[in-house]
Amino acid sequence: MNGSSPLLEVQEVSLTFKNVAALSRVSCSVQKGSITSLIGPNGAGKTSMLNCISGRYTPTKGKINMSGRELSGVAAHKRTGFGLARTFQNIALFRGLSVLDNLMVGRHSRLDYGLLAAIFYLGKARAEEDRHRHRVEEIIDFLNLSPYRHQIAGHLPYGVQKKVELGRALAAEPELLLLDEPMAGMNLEETEDMARSILDINEEWGVTVFLVEHDMGVVMDLSDHVVVLDFGRVLASGTPEAIQNNPKVISAYLGDDDALYKGR
Amino acid sequence: MSMQKCGLFYTTYGREDGLFPSRFQKICLALFFAVLLICPQFMNSYVMSIMNLILIAIIGAVSLNLLTGVCGQMSLGHGAFLGVGAYGAAVFSNMGAPFFLALLGGGAVSAMIGMIFGIPSLRLKGIYLAISTLAAQLILEYVFLHAGGLTGGANGLPVDAPEIMGYSFDTDSKIFYLILFVTVLCVLVVTNVIRSRPGRAFVAIRDYHQSAENVGVNLFAFKLQAFGLSSFLAGVAGGLWAHYTMYITPEQFSMGLSISYLAMIIIGGMGSVLGSIFGAIFITLLPEMLNLLTSSLSGVAPDLSAIIVPMKEGVFGLMLVLFLIFEPEGLVRKWRLTKAYWKLYPFAY
Ligand SMILES: Nc1ncnc2c1ncn2[C@@H]1O[C@H](COP(=O)(O)OP(=O)(O)OP(=O)(O)O)[C@@H](O)[C@H]1O
Ligand SMILES: [Mg+2]
Repeated sequence: MNGSSPLLEVQEVSLTFKNVAALSRVSCSVQKGSITSLIGPNGAGKTSMLNCISGRYTPTKGKINMSGRELSGVAAHKRTGFGLARTFQNIALFRGLSVLDNLMVGRHSRLDYGLLAAIFYLGKARAEEDRHRHRVEEIIDFLNLSPYRHQIAGHLPYGVQKKVELGRALAAEPELLLLDEPMAGMNLEETEDMARSILDINEEWGVTVFLVEHDMGVVMDLSDHVVVLDFGRVLASGTPEAIQNNPKVISAYLGDDDALYKGR
Repeated sequence: MSMQKCGLFYTTYGREDGLFPSRFQKICLALFFAVLLICPQFMNSYVMSIMNLILIAIIGAVSLNLLTGVCGQMSLGHGAFLGVGAYGAAVFSNMGAPFFLALLGGGAVSAMIGMIFGIPSLRLKGIYLAISTLAAQLILEYVFLHAGGLTGGANGLPVDAPEIMGYSFDTDSKIFYLILFVTVLCVLVVTNVIRSRPGRAFVAIRDYHQSAENVGVNLFAFKLQAFGLSSFLAGVAGGLWAHYTMYITPEQFSMGLSISYLAMIIIGGMGSVLGSIFGAIFITLLPEMLNLLTSSLSGVAPDLSAIIVPMKEGVFGLMLVLFLIFEPEGLVRKWRLTKAYWKLYPFAY
């Protein structure tokens, strides 16, 4: 994973809300094929960073490049075309759709037919549905979601919903997957299961992962590279070992040097 | 509702996605249509006229449900979009266009107007969007009334009964077949859309528009498509209405009509095609039932009927409130529960 080219490059990005500076001149990069983590205390600006990448927020200053192409000015819904997909810190599923349909929506931009074809549901629409359905079923099997396929997403337990959200992002077959605290609120077993899935996605499917997570055990285990944010600035970045031993990082976590090991 | 019978296996996804997965359902449906088709032979014109009204209401309700129930875009102007289609089809028809062309033309005009009034939906949500569609309703009503050259103004506009290849559909029984055909087509269109890419995008917009955007749904394009298709179908319903009643006036497409369509989808079940059908039947039959009640009571208690008649609106409102409180998911939920019960009968677990 070393020496390869950056898939995502964040250059001097600043983001200011009325009077809060959520991000100040943040630069970092995500190497192709890596699992890169973004950590930092509450309110450090991690979600804001992901929102800038996925297009929900527009940076006040700075540039974001994906595979060498500039993302600024590209509408959020077009960024799937750049190979981007994401999950949310608070579950943002389509509650009224089944698990299967949630994943099919995840593939929205890969399905190639419009309203007219849908109205008659012949030929192209039917063929496209069938073809993509196969792919989605593979993802469902991969994430062990088969028992829930036809269940309405909003009625599922929290841990399962988190996984469905991962599945929905995966269904787009992204090059870069942005995960905002995928383990938040999960028990130990669910956390391990999720960590396993993320590793598999990275290793077997070759998807680059940009991970925001509070569970330090997970971060240190999974990551190739870690970026630490504090008050909207990059405090440090490097390998997990380097980060764990960085005195600035340790003091940012309230001087509680165990926090880095225990998780929060 | 996602429950399937034991022993039902699918060999392809296409089969599983079929509209009526089991043979039993297919047979039931075929029987139902067979009965519908021979109805005109037995029923008098009063019953047939109610059936026609129900069918037209079904198109209106299904199309509103696509926009409001499925895509989450509240509309208080659906009645006016029906009106646009009605006037459009009437004008085309009076210019000599063949029936189906006039119907499509009316739908197309309605779709265009609907999309224009759908533009605010990009910025407005919920109650604010409702207010902006209310404005559409009022503006369109004003146009119906004052564009006298085109719409006949307050005097209304006469339309000839539909004629196809020399055959005139000029009685309730004859036109029933025509209306039934168009209704089935419209219901199929909505069903197909809901189960495919644009339909899923509509639900995504309704359930979580931010994540819809992040999976690649172009919010603006799909909201406009929802408005366009919904008002196209409303326009078709209006065109049928114009050719069926053979005389249209502005007050037929008032606020009241928009409200009763909303009532249909609330009572029937938001976001459900079957629910829209139930709602359309229920709301169309309600005044007839009240009429029946008052006329049968008039012998026993003439005073009572004198009270009930002016209370029709009140009864209507009361039903709506009761449904919102006790059965917010609509009649369709009752139907599903009943069906699930009989599927497992007698093994209730
Ligand atoms: N839409 C917004 N409007 C105003 N301020 C915002 C907005 N979004 C984020 N902020 C502010 O930006 C700062 C960074 O927030 P952000 O959500 O990015 O933090 P975070 O690192 O994800 O925190 P957490 O670990 O709690 O999720 C906070 O001070 C927050 O209040
Ligand atoms: Mg956050």
